[in-house]
Amino acid sequence: MSTKEKKADDLRVVGTRPIRPDGADKVTGRARFGDDIHLSNMLHGKVLRSPHAHARIISIDTSKAEALPGVVAVVTGADFPVIEHEMVSQGEAGLADMRDIADNCMAQDKVLYDGHALAAVAAENPHVADEAVQLIEVEYELLTPLMDVRSSMAEDAPKVHEHSFPGFFIAPTEAHLPNASRVHMSSGDLEAGFAEADHIVEREFTSETYHQGYIESHITTVDWDSNGNLTVWTSTQGQFEIRDNLADVLAIPIGRIKVIPMEVGGAFGGKDRIYLDPVAALLSKKSARPVKMAMRRDEVIRATGPSPGTYIKAKMGIKADGTLVAADLHLAYEAGAYAGGPIFLGVVSSAARYNIPNFQINGFDVIVNKPKTRPYRAPGAPQGLFAMEQIVDELAACVNMDPVDFRIKNLTREGDILLPGFPLAPIDTDLTLNTLKSHPHYTAPLEGPNRGRGMSYAMWFNLGAISSARLAVNPDGTVHLSTASSDMSGTRMTLAMQAAEALGIEVSEISADVSDSQSIGFSMPTVGSRTTYSTGIVVMEAATEVLKQMSERAAMLWEVDVDQISVADGVFSNKSNAEQSISFKELGSKGRDTGGPITVHQTSSPESFIPGVTAHLVDVEVDPETGKVDILRYTAVQDVGKAVHPDYVEGQIQGAAVQGIGLALNEEYFYDKEGHLKNASLLDYRMPTSLDLPMIDAVIVESPNPAHPYGVRGCGEHSIIPPASAIANAIHDAVGIRPDSLPMAPHKICAAIKRKQAASD
Amino acid sequence: MGKRHHVVTTINGEATEFLCEPRQSLLEVLRDVLFFTGSKEGCNDGNCGACSVLVDGVLIDSCCMLGVEAEGSEIETIEGMANNGELHPLQQAFLEETGMQCGICTPGFLMSAKALLKQNPQPDEGEIRHWLAGNLCRCTGYDKIVRAVQKAASNMGGGA
Amino acid sequence: MHDFDYCAPVSLQEAIGLMATHKGSANLLAGGTDLLIFMRARRKRPELVIDAKLIPELSEVKIDESGLTIGASVSCRAIYENAEIADLYPALIDSTTLIGGIQVQGRASLGGNLCNAAPSADTIPTLIAHGAVANVVSDKGERHIPVEEFCIAPGKTVLEANEILVNIFLPRPAENSAACFLRFIPRNEMDIAVANVAAFVELDSAGENFISARIAIGSVAPTPLFVAEAGDTLSGKPIDEESIMAAACIARDAASPIDDMRGTAEHRTQLVEVLTGRTIRTAVSRARGEA
Repeated sequence: MSTKEKKADDLRVVGTRPIRPDGADKVTGRARFGDDIHLSNMLHGKVLRSPHAHARIISIDTSKAEALPGVVAVVTGADFPVIEHEMVSQGEAGLADMRDIADNCMAQDKVLYDGHALAAVAAENPHVADEAVQLIEVEYELLTPLMDVRSSMAEDAPKVHEHSFPGFFIAPTEAHLPNASRVHMSSGDLEAGFAEADHIVEREFTSETYHQGYIESHITTVDWDSNGNLTVWTSTQGQFEIRDNLADVLAIPIGRIKVIPMEVGGAFGGKDRIYLDPVAALLSKKSARPVKMAMRRDEVIRATGPSPGTYIKAKMGIKADGTLVAADLHLAYEAGAYAGGPIFLGVVSSAARYNIPNFQINGFDVIVNKPKTRPYRAPGAPQGLFAMEQIVDELAACVNMDPVDFRIKNLTREGDILLPGFPLAPIDTDLTLNTLKSHPHYTAPLEGPNRGRGMSYAMWFNLGAISSARLAVNPDGTVHLSTASSDMSGTRMTLAMQAAEALGIEVSEISADVSDSQSIGFSMPTVGSRTTYSTGIVVMEAATEVLKQMSERAAMLWEVDVDQISVADGVFSNKSNAEQSISFKELGSKGRDTGGPITVHQTSSPESFIPGVTAHLVDVEVDPETGKVDILRYTAVQDVGKAVHPDYVEGQIQGAAVQGIGLALNEEYFYDKEGHLKNASLLDYRMPTSLDLPMIDAVIVESPNPAHPYGVRGCGEHSIIPPASAIANAIHDAVGIRPDSLPMAPHKICAAIKRKQAASD
Repeated sequence: MGKRHHVVTTINGEATEFLCEPRQSLLEVLRDVLFFTGSKEGCNDGNCGACSVLVDGVLIDSCCMLGVEAEGSEIETIEGMANNGELHPLQQAFLEETGMQCGICTPGFLMSAKALLKQNPQPDEGEIRHWLAGNLCRCTGYDKIVRAVQKAASNMGGGA
Repeated sequence: MHDFDYCAPVSLQEAIGLMATHKGSANLLAGGTDLLIFMRARRKRPELVIDAKLIPELSEVKIDESGLTIGASVSCRAIYENAEIADLYPALIDSTTLIGGIQVQGRASLGGNLCNAAPSADTIPTLIAHGAVANVVSDKGERHIPVEEFCIAPGKTVLEANEILVNIFLPRPAENSAACFLRFIPRNEMDIAVANVAAFVELDSAGENFISARIAIGSVAPTPLFVAEAGDTLSGKPIDEESIMAAACIARDAASPIDDMRGTAEHRTQLVEVLTGRTIRTAVSRARGEA
């Protein structure tokens, strides 16, 4: 566990551990999450979802539903405005096909996955709405479903979409096959590279679809006013994204929509897209009453945005001294029912950690009849690393090299040109690996049969992108901070801490809120590990401006030029008169008399692609008779640049690591041959419980990020990446098998052990 | 068919009556009839514990009980955990140990931990993890939740 | 959920009358941890839900020289908090502490688990191993059904539409006998069994030979299975790995598992063999007074 003492630097607030201000409401149950809103006259909406994975909609008859007492409105795809296939900018997230987004909210001609919405009902209470949905009659023409990437990429595979725009999530892919588009990166000469290699390992891997698993489902409540303005109360990571998508899908001006973010019960990338929102809006319009819609758990699993299942073929070669010399990766990632999954990020994260002079990656974004994949904490990375870090482990063993030493030998370092073509920004990548190697866990004895130890190393890049912040100095000299950054992890506090640091005041003097889309400037969502870093920079820019204006007020008070005012640690002084000084609070409370209270609003866009690295070490015990894998000990080292609030940073590391353990061992979507999802419940979609885990030793290291005044790097995503490969490597150490399929469920481990025994008999 | 029942209970020490349809779960009654929105829905089928409450001293998932079954029962919810504005040691420990991130699972964990410490004031780590296995958290990885429960147990006089 | 009526009879006679009147369109409600979920999933749509928890005979726990009688509505928690039951029937504690989590155990009942008749039920193999009997009443009279005959297909029992399971009787274990129940799941809690096994053994007074054994396996057939042959094969045998593994192989061969989202047939088959060996060994240990 990292030290509780503050490091010896001159930061007063950053690096301490104050209690978050929204915490009291959360421990008393007072905090208002998406479902905790009750408007008078409110109706409840429910959705009819396709039971088929792929079918044409021949007809929909809603008459029986409409006749049920208590039903007030019904909508189908026909109620949606007709939208063209228009690629709309999503900022740094790339482009999105608005027609696909609309079609996903409610199908028009075809249903494309088990759970695809095609009609909805608003009624006086949720039970009546539920019963009404059952009365809607739909005639389908069944079509062949494509349920995995290889079938979908086969030569004779039927084409799912007539219009097939290549995906563009973060970066573009090019159309390549009827159901897939491709991103390609290469450097050097692959053939020559492998010719140089003394050891080559080539393996194939598969992984299944998995979900973010947030405990709070998707909930939205909407109401129109008499002027046609729409207010939306919803659980979201990105109120502006919801607003803008809604405007496009409903074909109304953006200015008519206000999105009010409620507290969010977990998101991890899955809640910055509309699903229920336009449906609720249309039901509300038809019924002239507010409408609340909440997904049940099975709807969340079936019909939101999971992380892709994959097929990966990887070949890597090293020289006898352990230098990586060539790598050829084929990554086929599910896009889901519509193009634009995280293949580009999967490619980049696979390419950036090591210097490999001869490198080719072909990444495929593949349409399958499953829900459209969406970002989930370092999207695309855990799958790619499951393949690569196992091969690296195997290659290191070929030359009898310690696994950490092997990574250190091949690390990309600051300034190295990465495969995508840009240099690695300043970061001390050796620091993380050396810290892991010198951690007591690394050399702790591990005795007993069927026990093993494994490690894995990952690099991820956090976003910068546009954020807005407003600092208002209240008439009593306290400060209010508003941003748009929804707070799932304590960022209200970490932003307030940065404001306090920059202003030179106590963090207890600052109140912070998360504002709605009309009360604060445009901001990208709380995604990409960006908030503490990027919104933090904007907050500090605002703070700088506040101090500038406060200095002008001090100059006014003392009747001197403003260049005579100096400020440090929250105290303004007159350089030409040592007797004259005033605290921030006192000066602030004179605001009304010096020209009015000070309010500063700042919008800017800090740079993106800030690297962060993490290395994990895990001890496992395998029961060879049952295939059960138990985690005995877990250490996660992560370079966060500067931990603004170390408790929250530890929490991010631990939480991400446990999600990584979940997808490693048990989490998967189980579809039958016809494409029906069989495990749409938390009983059979198996996320880790407290009994499945030991304590996670989260070790913070800090190599400062020069792009941030205090050195902060984003930290939220990285630790989900290594667990699958670290555990796989530990399983190999324990029982001598190399898992080639995620999740590493007991029956697979058992079967692999049997095959190994049979091979050696 | 399904006429509303009049149910008389005690909730957080206060005599409480309500009307509900038989098909409304206790969770729905708490949230939508009585507006005690502290208990949360996570799965509606007994697999996540976000709706945990105590009924006659027994920890249950309120989604797996009907409102009508509550007749004559004493129910404790998160809303009754603090005492006149003073936080329960568990609530305080969750704040100090950062035993939460998004906070949606927190009421369920607090009710569950409260029931644990009543039954076993000095649980070890394994006992805590076993008792809390019926409460899912997706944000924290459970580490700081377990530490918060240990701290509260210690502060409540159970520990050293 | 669909619309339905609810009532809470306070006597067995009243309940019998309700079941006779609403034959087929009423369901009894104990813990609700299965029934409510099924109703939400539209797998059951009763017009009337009859609360079984106020009926005295269904809420009783009685231990005497003949054995243990547990009312159908009694919760798992009430069972495992009963020190006398824990002492005499540790396998029942194995089972009841494994169903769901603490919250589910606070409501889920033994009777409900039996009547739900899931192939993966966590209490049924234990009941079978103990030679338990289900006591059933209706307006037509009473029946006493050995638990191994109670389930006939997934979700289906021998109960007629008007019948009520009143309680389950477990004979008192003889000296030098004990049982054990084990289940395999992919996590450590909260899962439905991939395979489960219960073994009851009676040893000679020296603790060196088996006198008799009863073995039941679950999650590997349309119902939990009593594998008489596996237990019979231990009769008179010394307690050693050879005899235990022979019994385990017979149990394994009796299984007819399927591939589904909870496990593969191949894995389940292996698990039956492994768990049978492990339950016998622990039962032996308990019977010897070691555990």
